[in-house]
Amino acid sequence: MTALLAKDVPALLAARGLVKVYRSGGVPVEAVRGVDLEVGAGEFVAIMGPSGSGKSTLLHVLGGLEPATRGEIWLRGRRVDGLSASAWAVLRRKHVGFVFQFFNLLSTMTAADNVELPALLAGVSPKQARKRRTELFDELGLAAKADAAPSRLSGGEQQRVALARALVNEPSLLLADEPTGNLDSASSRDVLRLLAHAHAGGQTILLVTHDAKIAGLADRVICLYDGMIADDARVVPTPRKMSAVRDVLELRG
Amino acid sequence: MRQHLLALLAKEPAHGYELKLALEQTFGQAYPSPNIGQIYVTLKRLEQDGMVRGQDVAQDGRPNKKVYEITPAGQAELASWVESPTEGPRVRDEFFAKLVLAPLAGLADRMELINSQRRHYFGIMRNLVELQAGMDRANAPARLLVEGAVLHLQADLDWLERCQEELV
Repeated sequence: MTALLAKDVPALLAARGLVKVYRSGGVPVEAVRGVDLEVGAGEFVAIMGPSGSGKSTLLHVLGGLEPATRGEIWLRGRRVDGLSASAWAVLRRKHVGFVFQFFNLLSTMTAADNVELPALLAGVSPKQARKRRTELFDELGLAAKADAAPSRLSGGEQQRVALARALVNEPSLLLADEPTGNLDSASSRDVLRLLAHAHAGGQTILLVTHDAKIAGLADRVICLYDGMIADDARVVPTPRKMSAVRDVLELRG
Repeated sequence: MRQHLLALLAKEPAHGYELKLALEQTFGQAYPSPNIGQIYVTLKRLEQDGMVRGQDVAQDGRPNKKVYEITPAGQAELASWVESPTEGPRVRDEFFAKLVLAPLAGLADRMELINSQRRHYFGIMRNLVELQAGMDRANAPARLLVEGAVLHLQADLDWLERCQEELV
């Protein structure tokens, strides 16, 4: 591990031998069974796999939302798997943005406050927090919704607010758990476009999804099966570019 | 191709190159542009079968162009094409046959086959996503064609996952 991180371009995030065992009614359930992975700075990596393959658990463990049972997690060259829940919270505030399937916005606050609060908690001045939030809302097409309560927003808008919240502290790593899983196709497209835009700006993204369109945007797809990595490969466009549609569909006649 | 040309000619008489342009405009850049030679050959066959009638039109300083119009027989064939039920989408049975048969002969490992096929699908998905990004969103048929390809590919990937669950 140490040798690996001493390389010129260290992995932003790395896991070694990661295991997560739940107790379900006294019976141990191995949700993650020995995962090794690395995500380089600026990479966009999608994790796919069937329901129950452990992909959400893996993401939650990597982001410190749940403790690992065994194995190592390294973030920005620092070993973090042993951190306490409160130390993780501090780390996440600055370095890890999270986006969830069901948005998880605070319902008693305005959209703007949902985004400014984590900036304030991270020690940013109120003026600066407002400035960053305004920039993000402009970019995400939310300027007119700043004072709205989350319940007044559509699912797509709530997810964009959640994305702004995740990005407000300019995290090293953006983790997303099925970010389009609860959205209609137009809102999914917006969120995909914004993720692609963030990625183009250098944002490192690790995201769990069922949506193969996201895989089409990612640099790399990790396929999880039964708590283990079944495949981990770069996405390489097929060379016959213009025949892409014909490879899938044929207009008969 | 035959019925596509008939449908365009049912709208208005046209020559071969106009038909090529009309197909390209309708389906957008997503669909591979039809070969002009193929269009001429198809028109010739349609004429032999009495589905269209060609008429030479003189052009200034250039060879005559042949303008085609649809005949009553062509209208009837077109109507029966429109009315007849359309086959469902094809299943990628070639890959499935490989997946089932190759390991029996000790030629390949199923997990490897599935992984390499999945990588191939992701590559196609990348192409489709790029096509979508650069697309004229006002052209609904072209947009829907790519969206259809994306949805089919998603189904192919889901099926691959099912194969992985049961066969590996």
